[in-house]
Amino acid sequence: MENKYISEVSHTMQIKSSAAAGTMESGDILIEIEPSEKQDVEVILKSSVANEFGKQIVKTIQNAVSEYGLEYATVNAVDKGALDCTIRARVVAACQRATGADTFEWRREA
Amino acid sequence: MSRLRRSMLFVPGNNPGMMSDAHIYGSDALMFDLEDSVAMHEKDAARLLVYHALKTIHYGECEKVVRVNPLSTPYGKADIEAMVAAGAEVIRLPKTETAQDICDTEYEIERAEKKLGVPVGQTRMMAAIEGALGVINAYAIATASKRLIGIALGAEDYCANMKTNRSREGSELFYARSAIVVAARAAGVDALDTVFSDVNDEEQLVRETQAVKQLGFDGKSVINPRQIKPVHRVFTPTRPEIQKALRILAASKEAEKRGSGVVSLNGKMVDRPVVLRAERCIELAKASRVVFEGEEL
Repeated sequence: MENKYISEVSHTMQIKSSAAAGTMESGDILIEIEPSEKQDVEVILKSSVANEFGKQIVKTIQNAVSEYGLEYATVNAVDKGALDCTIRARVVAACQRATGADTFEWRREA
Repeated sequence: MSRLRRSMLFVPGNNPGMMSDAHIYGSDALMFDLEDSVAMHEKDAARLLVYHALKTIHYGECEKVVRVNPLSTPYGKADIEAMVAAGAEVIRLPKTETAQDICDTEYEIERAEKKLGVPVGQTRMMAAIEGALGVINAYAIATASKRLIGIALGAEDYCANMKTNRSREGSELFYARSAIVVAARAAGVDALDTVFSDVNDEEQLVRETQAVKQLGFDGKSVINPRQIKPVHRVFTPTRPEIQKALRILAASKEAEKRGSGVVSLNGKMVDRPVVLRAERCIELAKASRVVFEGEEL
């Protein structure tokens, strides 16, 4: 069976300041994350493939934010045809920067 | 034979566009870079990007190598842990100067493997030698760890360290290349040559690749998919070379049957070193999947 690993941050997650990760280059996605007063993760997406894949991209972003440990956030995303793995990487990088976390606890997934 | 490493395509670690299809061009290895191609303020993002890419994208038969930042930087340890978790096959250490650099990196790799439940020893290592001290210590570096699969020359930093610059014909690299390939052969690991930077000069790329192959190198780093085929053409045995090798092996077999250690083929002596070279040629042809109708390799 293939081993899977997840990244976890060791302290309570709170957005300290707005932050961004990613670029507007082809194959990438620009993720900007900021605090939200709403009780959920709101995603505002711009993508040339929004009609076809918009829901899936939004879901991937929301899952990545939740898995990181943030409950409330507003995410502005400009997608340039990013794969799911790129979306997850950019979301986690933006979350990490927004929370000020500088280390990850990489561990094996059960 | 050990794994083919004729070409290693350089993939900048913060460029998802290049990362998603890097394997389709047919290089033997991919080297995801977290070091020099990534800006200081993007080190965190690149590490996450390569981590998720390695876990998600099926890179086929390409060997997955990651060039991490040196342990002397704030990024080195985190790079190693993340890449061990991601399943990188080889961790490439840049700017290796001493055997101790290898030992320190191995310690961090082993620590990460134990922490993550990855079998100890699974992650292999490659050392890039990029300065005068590294060249002087090449053999000690090449023998510092059982995990080491190869040593590579990094010419740009080497030239800066040597107070010279890179010329088209590469005369400034002759000693370093010679020292590295001799050290690699003595240690039983692969020798990998530096990049050729001018992607529009295929003629010189081929000439340089022929020269390093002649020195004994196993392969060359490439910075553009266009460079892969020319490099493979140089490192893959030609039909006449394979046919000659097959004749040598047949003659050697015949001599063995007769109880003789030496045989003559077309007026030339075929002794043990010639047979070894012929065996190497056929192994390389097999590994390169060269198939000629009617000839069993």
